[in-house]
Amino acid sequence: MFFASLLDLSRVQFALTAMYHWLFVPLTIGLGFIIAIMETYYYRSGSEFWKRTTKFWMKIFAINFAIGVATGIILEFQFGTNWSNYSWFVGDIFGAPLAIEGIFAFFLESTFFAIMFFGWDKVSKKAHLISTWLVAFGTVLSALWILIANAWMQFPTGMYFNPDTARSEMIDFWAIATSPIALNKFIHTVSNCFVIAAVVVIGISSWYLFFKREDEFARKSIRIASIFGFISLIVLIWSGDGSAYHVAKKQPMKLAAMEGLYNSQEGTPIVAFGILNPKKNISKREVDSLGFELQKPYIFHISIPQGLSLLVNRKLNTFVPGITDILDGNYSYITADGVEQKALSVKERMARGRVAIQALASYKEAKELGDEEVKESSLQLLNDNFDHFGYGFIEKPSDVVPNVPLTFYAFHIMVILGGYFVLLFALAIYLDRKEILAKQRWFHILAIISIPLVYICTQAGWIVSEVGRQPWTIQDLLTSSASLSGVSSSAVLTTTLLFFILFTLLLAAELTIMFKVIKKGPEA
Amino acid sequence: MLYFLQHYWWLVVSLLGSLLVFLMFVQGGQSLLFFIAKKEDEKRLLINALGHKWEFTFTTLVTFGGAMFASFPLYYSTSFGGAYWLWMSILFLFVIQAVSFEYRGKVGNLYGSKTYDTFLFLNGTVAPILLGVAVGTFFSGGAFTMDKMNIASVETGSISRWANGWHGLDAIIVPFNLLMGVVVVLAARTLGLLYIILQIDHQELVCKAKDRVKITGSLFVLTFVVLLIMLFTKVGYEVDPLNGSITAVKYKYLINMLQLVWPLILLLTGVVLVLLGLIRTIILDKSNGFYFSGAGVVLAVWSLLISAAFNNTVFFPSTYNIDQSLTLYNSSSSLLTLKTMAYASLFIPVVFAYIVYVWRALTKTKMNIKELEEGEGHKY
Repeated sequence: MFFASLLDLSRVQFALTAMYHWLFVPLTIGLGFIIAIMETYYYRSGSEFWKRTTKFWMKIFAINFAIGVATGIILEFQFGTNWSNYSWFVGDIFGAPLAIEGIFAFFLESTFFAIMFFGWDKVSKKAHLISTWLVAFGTVLSALWILIANAWMQFPTGMYFNPDTARSEMIDFWAIATSPIALNKFIHTVSNCFVIAAVVVIGISSWYLFFKREDEFARKSIRIASIFGFISLIVLIWSGDGSAYHVAKKQPMKLAAMEGLYNSQEGTPIVAFGILNPKKNISKREVDSLGFELQKPYIFHISIPQGLSLLVNRKLNTFVPGITDILDGNYSYITADGVEQKALSVKERMARGRVAIQALASYKEAKELGDEEVKESSLQLLNDNFDHFGYGFIEKPSDVVPNVPLTFYAFHIMVILGGYFVLLFALAIYLDRKEILAKQRWFHILAIISIPLVYICTQAGWIVSEVGRQPWTIQDLLTSSASLSGVSSSAVLTTTLLFFILFTLLLAAELTIMFKVIKKGPEA
Repeated sequence: MLYFLQHYWWLVVSLLGSLLVFLMFVQGGQSLLFFIAKKEDEKRLLINALGHKWEFTFTTLVTFGGAMFASFPLYYSTSFGGAYWLWMSILFLFVIQAVSFEYRGKVGNLYGSKTYDTFLFLNGTVAPILLGVAVGTFFSGGAFTMDKMNIASVETGSISRWANGWHGLDAIIVPFNLLMGVVVVLAARTLGLLYIILQIDHQELVCKAKDRVKITGSLFVLTFVVLLIMLFTKVGYEVDPLNGSITAVKYKYLINMLQLVWPLILLLTGVVLVLLGLIRTIILDKSNGFYFSGAGVVLAVWSLLISAAFNNTVFFPSTYNIDQSLTLYNSSSSLLTLKTMAYASLFIPVVFAYIVYVWRALTKTKMNIKELEEGEGHKY
């Protein structure tokens, strides 16, 4: 790893900082709402109990928020420092959501954060409650804009390529802001945050019950969290289905990798549980195609017949392309506009991509020489082949396949854990209804173990989405390798190590502070 | 229309930049931690007074970055990717700040409150200097090459590169940049001291702050004057908006002030306000000098940043190849993007209004040790 390429190191740095950031942000977003609900109880009842409860969870929120902010600033500037080509190529589109996020969301969050924490005896009860809700609202709003930007990268829309400035330019802001992928991603991510916060609240409260402490506080916290979590989880699963549906339409390769699906057929099954055959390696296909075909994709698997066809096409006996199908092309599919088309092979797309890139170069040359005729024809050629532009950067067809095992396992871990949380919330609600929650020690242990599990689940989700879309930073238009800055790999290695050490030290401090606060309890 | 919006967004971005310099009074306060707050309760008082405000500074920095990305993506791409080490150092210094307020006083923080205080001190002194250096590069430029069309070349790749191995560290030793760094850190400190005088109810601390502001404030004014002299005698670069050709112009920034006039008025008003704030504090013994000097800093910095780009000025000259320099015209987003964001920016007054409301709610009473011990609010 120490001699890895600039691309690998830049990706490692992005993954490291994004995944660290994502340890803290979801809890902040979800807990913000749980706190706001609790404070609303306090506002209505005036009971000291609810005030104490609110303030305890606010402490957890603050500890977590600080490190979320610390890890977040790197992410914003990293696009410039490590991905400067990308920054120019998409700045016209990516920038607008980011600026709006700054103006609307960040200030909302950080301004009312001050009232929420320091304003208890400085503003009225009502103003305080509104501030708490505004902070919660602000955190969600900031998620919205960054996810719109991310969704655009996975499915570029509302843009055209301007050959004079050599970048994508926005032509339809609303198409970008209201893209169905963005909406779906937003719902999926935010409901995920709610679920995480709910599991954390249930877990910490169960710890108190386990040690027979803070009985009322713990039970009432669990009551709010389990209902909040259960509803959010239903939304989460529903949007997860929508997410897979969109991935199939816009990023078929990602879906194929999620399923470890190579040669497909009509009536495609879905893998419920499986172990991949490590010998089935797509990069070997180009040197030994027969040997590759002979390897089975799975060592073991349990599949649901027709599952993927139903998920993707909402119809039995339909075809969902696998990895080799996509590489080879020549199957028909329905585009987003409902037109039936024959898929091109990746080789063909690479050739057309190179034509597009070459046409851009000749356009520039002709423009400098003032040769209108060549300029026009180059532009025509560029526009005709622009859909394949990014493929011009690809060296060999198998490079368009993401890391299959990572994507496959991450996807299945996410789904299985998601199913498990349904059970956890249902149990919590049931036990609470029967008023036997305080005595079920096995449930307390289960709930405590669930805290790390929910983090594994969400990180797995990030891997599916972001590793699964490789090699693209912008689907079909720009590869990760063409997005880089002109910095040395040793510089990126150094900063990556520094971030790793610093973030890990801070995480350790965060956790011990958190444990101490929990141990002291809400009475402190 | 595009021409107008490019200038409009430079105004917005540079306003954010100047607000950032003003809000770095938090950093200025942090830099005083080991000097004027000796006892633990004094330290806590100072930390809490600053801690109610540090988020504003941080958020402004983040928004400045976002707005720059959105309106002048080529600058974002060229400067951040090029002056890599300069920006990375700044980022590290802000990462360590973000956790320190919350963690320094907590049980279980592992490294002891001294460590977090040191983090705050480093952020309070080094970050303003480096940010000042970064601002300085708007005038003195950077050693970069830039060609957008490189994106179409599979081999050469990057559209911009830093022409030397220092990747932005070289900007620190440019005298003009360094002076800018010193001015910014002195501004931050002066405002930090004025903030203590405004907000803290603790005789000893306030006395020490009043003593110090005499020297720090004078140094700030003095270095600022030297900076202005350097700036106004500097060679700047002018771009032809029609064909993009760039020529060197002597006294460019002075000419900008004299031709445009209104930035000059901003600058002079700013200087007067800064002096007024200092006079109110030092001579008239009033406690609200902070607001005067603060507003003065915003206006003065804003005016300088305006003169960096307006009047067809190159705002990020390439010292390697001047023809590849960045101007408002070759580095901005497209018309539609700038227009869309301009609509969004109409809400800035609303944002500003609620910030003022919150600021007033939290600042209307002075903070003292008693409140720190008995008050209901969250404490650092």
